[in-house]
Amino acid sequence: MNLTLHIWRQKNRNDKGRFVTYPLKDVSEHMSFLEMLDILNEQLIGRGEEPVAFEHDCREGICGCCGMVIGGAPHGGHAGTTVCQLHMRHFKDGDEVIIEPWRAKAFPVLKDLIVDRSSFDRIMYAGGYISVRTGSAPEANSILIPKDVAEKAMDYAECIGCGACVAACPNGAAMLFVSAKISQFGLLPQGQPERMRRAQNMVLAMEKEGFGSCTNYTACEIACPKRIGISGIARMNRDFNKAMLCTVEAASGKRA
Amino acid sequence: MRLEARIPSGPMDQKWSRRRDEIKLVNPANKRKYTVIVVGTGLAGASAAASLGELGFNVKVFCYQDSARRAHSIAAQGGINAAKNYQNDGDSVYRLFYDTVKGGDYRAREANVYRLAEVSCNIIDQCVAQGVPFAREYAGVLDNRSFGGALVSRTFYARGQTGQQLLLGAYSALCRQIGAGTCEMHPRSEMLDLVIAGGRARGIVTRDMVTGKIESWVGDAVLLCTGGYSNVFYLSTNAKGCNATAIWRAYKRGAGFANPCYTQIHPTCIPQAGEYQSKLTLMSESLRNDGRIWVPLKAGDNRRAADIPEAERDYYLERIYPSYGNLAPRDVSSRAAKRMCDEGRGVGPGGRGVYLDFADSIKRLGENVIRVRYGNLCEMYERITGEDPYKVPMRIYPAPHYTMGGLWVDYDLMSNIDGLFVLGEANFSDHGANRLGASALMQGLADGYFVIPYTLAHYLASTKFEKLDSSNAAFRDAEGYVQDRMKKLLSINGKRSVDSFHRELGLIMWEYCGMGRTREGLTGAIDKIRGLRAEFWRDLRVLGEAADLNQELEKAGRVADYFELGELLCLDALEREESCGGHFREEYQTAEGEAKRDDAKFCHVGVWEYQGDDRKPARNVEPLEFETLQLSTRSYK
Repeated sequence: MNLTLHIWRQKNRNDKGRFVTYPLKDVSEHMSFLEMLDILNEQLIGRGEEPVAFEHDCREGICGCCGMVIGGAPHGGHAGTTVCQLHMRHFKDGDEVIIEPWRAKAFPVLKDLIVDRSSFDRIMYAGGYISVRTGSAPEANSILIPKDVAEKAMDYAECIGCGACVAACPNGAAMLFVSAKISQFGLLPQGQPERMRRAQNMVLAMEKEGFGSCTNYTACEIACPKRIGISGIARMNRDFNKAMLCTVEAASGKRA
Repeated sequence: MRLEARIPSGPMDQKWSRRRDEIKLVNPANKRKYTVIVVGTGLAGASAAASLGELGFNVKVFCYQDSARRAHSIAAQGGINAAKNYQNDGDSVYRLFYDTVKGGDYRAREANVYRLAEVSCNIIDQCVAQGVPFAREYAGVLDNRSFGGALVSRTFYARGQTGQQLLLGAYSALCRQIGAGTCEMHPRSEMLDLVIAGGRARGIVTRDMVTGKIESWVGDAVLLCTGGYSNVFYLSTNAKGCNATAIWRAYKRGAGFANPCYTQIHPTCIPQAGEYQSKLTLMSESLRNDGRIWVPLKAGDNRRAADIPEAERDYYLERIYPSYGNLAPRDVSSRAAKRMCDEGRGVGPGGRGVYLDFADSIKRLGENVIRVRYGNLCEMYERITGEDPYKVPMRIYPAPHYTMGGLWVDYDLMSNIDGLFVLGEANFSDHGANRLGASALMQGLADGYFVIPYTLAHYLASTKFEKLDSSNAAFRDAEGYVQDRMKKLLSINGKRSVDSFHRELGLIMWEYCGMGRTREGLTGAIDKIRGLRAEFWRDLRVLGEAADLNQELEKAGRVADYFELGELLCLDALEREESCGGHFREEYQTAEGEAKRDDAKFCHVGVWEYQGDDRKPARNVEPLEFETLQLSTRSYK
């Protein structure tokens, strides 16, 4: 098939950026979307033009590196599919394809389709863990966890941190990402001791990074390539509100 | 080259506890005065950095990805082994040790493997405590499944994403230390050289992949946790960015490279679809628990799978290896698949594929059970191929997946260069000539959580360090090398892209140094690689600048190193005149086509020592002594 690609080109963080149109011929329907971009880049290099920079690594939908908005939809808009797993059989001859980076205040563009997602890491540094010293863990089967609880925690744990939820959200909110981690740990017995403190610290870090807030558009859960649902956001808000009403530090057993 | 394995004395099951009792400790107040450099944030790197930071060392961590959470350990699917014996099926530390040594075709170091089996149980405890949501039974206890090369069920798993969950566990432990200020994280930073000063590894030189800035980092020890080199084959199951530059630079600075020819070709991957293919996708070995592998009995049978009657199918693994059947180890299964395709009985485009069929299991257990066990894998298969594996059997074919070879290390995981430690897939020590399924995750985490915190502390406590900063000549020299090389890559101004060279190198490696190797083929391959390498340095085109985000420049440096490593791989394969595990020399096989070892001549580790760009490297030897297990012929029949 032959395609016309409109790709966002931006030299660096400070450049204004613009769309550039590239016709591309003889694309095979068996290619992945990124392999299609590989072919374009080969041709650009052949012509002495700088190839399009895009982030990618595992190319099997698990590392969370890749991500671009295709035709207005993060990862191309196919359920449960990252852009590296999107195949060209979903396109047809003559299609015009618009390709942009994630667009969000907290994800500045570094070059072309590559954005800076370090804000996600900083939220994790603020509390995205269960504090357990190496070597101090109890025998694994001494913690019994009902199968359905473990499965639900796993549903949230599948988040790959790609940022599609932020790109999809009209508010540029990161609440699906943050709630997934808070929910995974909040559901498990191991996560209980730090549950309130974790919710508080992660949400406050999220706000500091300039992400927006949730207004229940649910665009995030539709864009999520791991199909993580927004029910976790309710859990996160509940834990955060409780934590703010009665912080762990304030809850003293002694008379005030 | 000094190759002292420093294996503790005493009975096998007491060696590790003896070592731990002997080691020197660092005064808690002094720990923060030591700087430890950790390169790579996969299972080995993240777990090491987190554990060392927690102990109070000053840790600097580097990775090439935009976040530590994306290291390629994340893509491991099937599971992690541990000798918990929760299934009451006869497992023990000894049995896990035995299976691993045997699986590695008796080419691993016994004492290292025993320690690995010993700490395997601690890993599961640690991960559960971190909130890793392993699969569970209804009673709330942990579930297990079977993996290749074992007759017990000892593999713990989290759906088909065990690597992801273990890595996110280690990453969260690292996040905690970054938050606490003991670890300093440098993502989008690629290590381009190792710095040796006063005979010790004292630092690294990195390139900031956004600004292009070349920077020196001084430390008291360097830990390379940078993974394997399967991408030398271009098409592999590794992530596109996986590279051997860190270990290759260490080799060129004097570190021994052990057994480079031990590469693992994984039997169950989705076959290549076309010329443009950029990587191959693994289908977890766990599928072989319920999937049966077969090809048509007759060569050239082009009927659809459903139209081939039972009597005209050959379930060849069950036929040849009745006791292990579809769970024969990876090297054995891969070679069997190749033999079937070579006989003209392969299926799918080009005849390079065999069936992995769930029909019987679906009949026996119901589609729902299969969906619960392998749903995400089947979905991934369907997304890539457009075929529904619940209705048509999967087509699979072997692909490069893991490298057992790597930098030589002693029992303490230190290379022959003082202060240079190598963990996880980047070292050579635990898997011999073939790694069993679900053992890579175990090794990465064993090295990082439970070995290095002891052995590194001992090195630091027993060494007197001279004060050093990055104005030292050794750092200037390494920075100069890095700058020159980038200038060179950018100034060739030829016609061909990096990928076109990498693809061609991969074809040579796969053809002559893949599943079957011969003297003639390997000798020819070395000439071909040299020719192509000369063309690379003559006709490469890298656009853009060094002081910018430049993905072509990143790739060019890695591929330049792969040319040299590819040649060493062929040389090692050529000089190891036996077949063992994943290294199969056509000249050395039994009448049934199985690998034929030569223990009299090759029961040793082959360690290569760099001698200069135009000189053949020297081959050194560490003899392997088996004090607990008897060297015997591996049989899975």
